[in-house]
Amino acid sequence: MRRVAVVGVGCSKFGELWERGFRDIVLEAGAEALADAELEGREIEAMYVGNMSGGRYLGQEHIAALIADYSGLAEFGIPATRVEAADASGGLAVRQAYMAVASGLHEIVIAAGAEKVTDVGDPMEILSASVDMEWEGFVGGNLPALYAIIARMHMESFGTTEEDLAMVSVKNHRNGVKNPKAQFRREIKVDDVLRSPYVAEPLKLLDCASISDGAAAVILASEDVAREITDTPVYIEACTQASDYIALHSRKDILTMKAVVKAARDAYKLARIEAKDIQVAEVHDSFTIAEILAYEDLGFSEKGNGAELIREGVTEIGGDLPVNPSGGLKACGHAVGATGVRQIVELTLQLRGDAEKRQVDAERGLALSIGGTGATAVVSILGR
Amino acid sequence: MVPRFWRKIKYRYDLKGSYCENCGNYHYPPRNFCPVCRRRGRVKEVELPDEGRVLSYTIIREGEPCIVALIELDNGIRIISQLSCDPSEVEIGIRVRKAFRRYGEDGEEGIINYGTKFVPAN
Repeated sequence: MRRVAVVGVGCSKFGELWERGFRDIVLEAGAEALADAELEGREIEAMYVGNMSGGRYLGQEHIAALIADYSGLAEFGIPATRVEAADASGGLAVRQAYMAVASGLHEIVIAAGAEKVTDVGDPMEILSASVDMEWEGFVGGNLPALYAIIARMHMESFGTTEEDLAMVSVKNHRNGVKNPKAQFRREIKVDDVLRSPYVAEPLKLLDCASISDGAAAVILASEDVAREITDTPVYIEACTQASDYIALHSRKDILTMKAVVKAARDAYKLARIEAKDIQVAEVHDSFTIAEILAYEDLGFSEKGNGAELIREGVTEIGGDLPVNPSGGLKACGHAVGATGVRQIVELTLQLRGDAEKRQVDAERGLALSIGGTGATAVVSILGR
Repeated sequence: MVPRFWRKIKYRYDLKGSYCENCGNYHYPPRNFCPVCRRRGRVKEVELPDEGRVLSYTIIREGEPCIVALIELDNGIRIISQLSCDPSEVEIGIRVRKAFRRYGEDGEEGIINYGTKFVPAN
């Protein structure tokens, strides 16, 4: 396996993009990534696309070929592959692209992620199809309900409070103000979260990321090619993936996302580092409790102590370990299949020093992409 | 949706699971294959206990409150199910027992779905 670098990144605005179609936002992200890498479309050898549910969100399948076509790459006939793992689809697309380059099969590959959720159907109902629909979904266990069950047990077991959860949302909104691509660019207070209506107790509206439209793209290249075309390569030191039982009732411990623990352990080993060496992270805060679990399962804190990091300001921009400087899923909006790619865009900008007002001081960062309630996890470690 | 529901009807109505004679683990829903022992597993279908306790729960606030809970049955097996009771009766640790209840219907002309819910056990 050879080293792989990120050589170009692009991202559309995230949000309710009523005036813009799926093809428009994908093209925007892809074109921005190509311009950033100073590459021509003809130099791209393969494409991987993270997309959870074109079929239900758009009534459109065959997403990868469609995107290759509207990106102007049909002319070259490159292989274009859609990958799906619910809302980890984007993370998985990056991993597929990484493997295609690391293995020596290709020199330059694009990984894109895209979702257009505001055209057809109920966005949260479709995202909830990431759970076990026959045995959780049937009885009303949709995605917010299952995360709420995890949250209540975490509160009962470890003393985490609704205020702690609210602080995650407050931090991510504060960061989102500084991200021009984020959907929600306004600060909120802990009281705003606590006073927002319950969706699934104890989770409230402002504990939940909104399901949004958006697209993101990253261009990966082999180390040799990267050195030729850019002065600021950001290397992928590890990109790992793991799975777990899909339903909460099959897991021995619902307060630990085993797939995250395994993917992180494998990633640290490959990168020859430990959790304490991570200096910035983008994690999957689809619900505020998920960010607390991520702190614990990634090894940033002991199991049960995740809330301390948010209470003590450790994960703020300016703290010892900034988490979700982009604003995370909460403030950026959760564009399902695009989210895992957007995380890599953010880490790359941060490590290159291009993150403008939300810049943190870091040489190494981690991204965590999660599908559903954690049956898929993808961990990427990037370094400059 | 009708065949998908009816296919598993006995497990929804009667609360059956599977038991692996090789490792002694129970599973819900029933599996054809023991995920612990895989090829060495000897799986048979068993009736699950009627009672258990609430490990955690949520109240979904979209329209009528709907209580969804993670329940641990008395043999240690866990199940996500609904609680059929007033939200004020629920807390972590309460004992519950199974009850046959209506879950809803597939539109106005579709079938009515029934299944197992849980109620507080006195």
